Amino acid sequence: MSAPTTHRSAEQIGRTPQGPRPLPDLGAMREVPLPEVHTTTLSNGLRVLAVHRPGVPMVEVRLRIPFAAAGPTADQAFSARAELLSSTLLTGTAERDRVGIDDELATVGADLGVFVDPERLVVQGSGLAAGLPTVLGVLGEVLTSATYPEQELVRERARLVERISLARAQPRTVAREALQRKRFGDHPIALETPTGEAVAAVTPEQVRAVHTAGVVPRGSTLVLVGDIEPQSALAEVEKALGHWRSEETARELSLPPLPVAGPLELVHRPGSVQSQLRLTGPARRRDDPGYAAFQLANLVFGGYFSSRWMENVREDKGYTYGAHSGAEFVPGGAVLGVETDVASDVTAAALLETRYELGRMVAVPPTAEEIDAARRYAVGSLLISLDSQGGLAATLSALDAAGLGIDWLRERPVRLEAVTPEQVADAALQYFAPERFTGVIVGDAETIGPRLRALGGVE
Amino acid sequence: MSELQIHRTVLGNGLRVLVVPDPATPVVGVSVHVDVGFRSEPEGRTGFAHLFEHLMFQGSESLEKLAHFRQVQGAGGVFNGSTHQDYTDYFEVLPGAALERALFLEADRLRAPMLTEENLRNQVDVVKEEIRLNVLNRPYGGFPWILLPPVLYDTFPNAHNGYGDFSELEQATLDDAASFFDTFYAPGNALVTVHGDLGEHGVDGTLALIEKHFGDIPARPTPARPSFAEPVAGAERRQAVADAHAPLPALAVGYRVPDPTTELDAYLAHALLASVLSDGEAARLQRRLVHTDGLVTDVSASNGLMGGPLDARDPDTFTITAVHPADVDPDRVLGAVDEELDKLAAAGPSVEELARQSARWAAALHHEDDRVMYRMLGLGARELLYGRAEIATELPARIAAITPDGVRAAAAALRSQGRAVLLVEPTADPTADPTADPTAEETAE
Repeated sequence: MSAPTTHRSAEQIGRTPQGPRPLPDLGAMREVPLPEVHTTTLSNGLRVLAVHRPGVPMVEVRLRIPFAAAGPTADQAFSARAELLSSTLLTGTAERDRVGIDDELATVGADLGVFVDPERLVVQGSGLAAGLPTVLGVLGEVLTSATYPEQELVRERARLVERISLARAQPRTVAREALQRKRFGDHPIALETPTGEAVAAVTPEQVRAVHTAGVVPRGSTLVLVGDIEPQSALAEVEKALGHWRSEETARELSLPPLPVAGPLELVHRPGSVQSQLRLTGPARRRDDPGYAAFQLANLVFGGYFSSRWMENVREDKGYTYGAHSGAEFVPGGAVLGVETDVASDVTAAALLETRYELGRMVAVPPTAEEIDAARRYAVGSLLISLDSQGGLAATLSALDAAGLGIDWLRERPVRLEAVTPEQVADAALQYFAPERFTGVIVGDAETIGPRLRALGGVE
Repeated sequence: MSELQIHRTVLGNGLRVLVVPDPATPVVGVSVHVDVGFRSEPEGRTGFAHLFEHLMFQGSESLEKLAHFRQVQGAGGVFNGSTHQDYTDYFEVLPGAALERALFLEADRLRAPMLTEENLRNQVDVVKEEIRLNVLNRPYGGFPWILLPPVLYDTFPNAHNGYGDFSELEQATLDDAASFFDTFYAPGNALVTVHGDLGEHGVDGTLALIEKHFGDIPARPTPARPSFAEPVAGAERRQAVADAHAPLPALAVGYRVPDPTTELDAYLAHALLASVLSDGEAARLQRRLVHTDGLVTDVSASNGLMGGPLDARDPDTFTITAVHPADVDPDRVLGAVDEELDKLAAAGPSVEELARQSARWAAALHHEDDRVMYRMLGLGARELLYGRAEIATELPARIAAITPDGVRAAAAALRSQGRAVLLVEPTADPTADPTADPTAEETAE
């Protein structure tokens, strides 16, 4: 080591002759600057939101198509067809092959990606703003004339099977699948990844049929955010996507059940050196008048680094690298997730501390000081998350799907400001009491099982 | 982004300062880049640079434990730190109103961090959890950034595991931390960057605030920066490691690249070569390996060990990684890679092919620049590593100026040297030895 032969001690380093200094005050916070959103619905039923947001000469494109299974229960065959559709949507049209599609996008620096989940199919990407007509042209082409060439589909099907096996080797995927089954049972929302067997059985005809039935404009939403002029962008959309037509309406996911409180399920993953703790219960929806109070209660519990739970299990106990709680929005409702990964030998101890902090939310509700810090973080992080084209587009798309507009964002700081400690205490009482949760723990059951079961509430 | 104005100064104690205003955003970023990364940590103390980064969040003279996080987040901001090969960064992004508070927080820990035994033990535990999360409890942990360097490099700085060995992390002492801080965290070895909304302070006011908070940190000797140069291998070196969690085999290939400090354009030609090989459906290795031959599930090429170019000084590493089915012999994958590189080394990419990759580069750089955090970190890292933050703003033009012959030469350079090949072999038994290759010298654990 190139260290000098003498250096100060740790104690000397931590002290200066002047001593501790006072913290500077904060200046006045600027308002969250939000642009105007131009909205229109094309004659084919497609809803379009366009926003002028310069800064960089780019445009963000996000198409959301509700894309749920038809039946009331999880459907492996549909899920497999939808996954394969999303892997092959960009592999061929009446005019271009896979490479031709990609080359066309690349000329304007654009990239498009496709993903699907139990709720929706999303085609999203970005490119140089001047290339918007090209991106929309490609989009219109694949939506109206994707061919799903047999050769491409066969290759992508094999890759998808391999990718699913890769995903299932990740402990976080194992935990996520167990959690979804635990809280949503056999509702379609629980099936986020089909089995390899189901994928291997899919034919090109089946994918084309799913496209015809489900990739439709009515009920879908396109969001454009960037260095664009909204009116002419809307005209470009009409030109490129106006001929995308169908009698069908995009299928929304049915309302899933809310999680029911109960014991945690221990899921055995042999050889694990860490365990995934995943607790869940109901949460408040964004359009609930009490959402802001819930949000602040969540921040104080585990929603940011300076939360009670994180300070306990990481900064005091050293049980984990990260611990996080937060709401996830589902059709008709919301669920709270309380999630951390901890070493096997401290799994029981971490569960004990987690339950302790949940109980403390009820018994010792958040103080005015804790709430103020959470409030400033909520407003500031909103400012930061909206300060990019991609962040703004993602937020607008998610809110629009929930029936909320930019005014909801605009008024958010005011709503956060109005929340009282009593309202936060009420939200804590209603949503954070330890016995309101269910969930899963994934780990090596032989190592972690005996202590967890002895604690109770684990089966 | 050509309008960015870069203002520089150096304080009396040697601290370098970069102020880059952007009135279009309501947020501001403050970062401190320190000229020490895991290549500089002492033998017997692998992982120490990263562990020390954690300690810098544990309080300082004016801020008790937990106060740093609380003050940043309580001002509406986000924070992080990260340890790289040649530097360590610390930063926060906050509403512009919190600029002075951010400067205060960074100055306080650069002046007088609170290093205690209790915090050291606590953060050793936290770092071990981080390593379990990212390496030990998952498939392909540390692939390729921990696993490939010991195959490509011979010297400790370049070859060792920057996350560290558990037993060495546990042996770390408070005195190690004091020595590391006094040596490497001298103000003359660091850079402060401010980017974004400077509010009513303006550039001059911001420079005055930086002087006010950082100016009285006493100067200390700045450590001599060692050279990490080592000879380029003339032959292929191959090694296999067992992975108990991996469902499919994987391989990584590592090559040496030109020195980005002295041969920037040749270095960037290697970055563009990586795109020609693997970015987009039309890229050479995507077409050949994924689609035409069906040999691999996914393939990726990158100039840079940690996922991107211009993140380290010399020596830096060009990587190609692929995951493939068990019934595909890795030598078939390597053979196809060699053939594709040979084609490029002979004829180069077409003009149109390169134009499309350049357009994607420009777009990707704009995309990154749209976030204050990424742009600030890019400016700071290039200033610290190469003395020129401008490299960050010039990149689209420099990439666009690279010719097919430049990329051809890069491909030829890769084919004319030795290389490292790392094979990840799935095993049901976590204690199994990697016996697939008799030339294996050591295993990464």
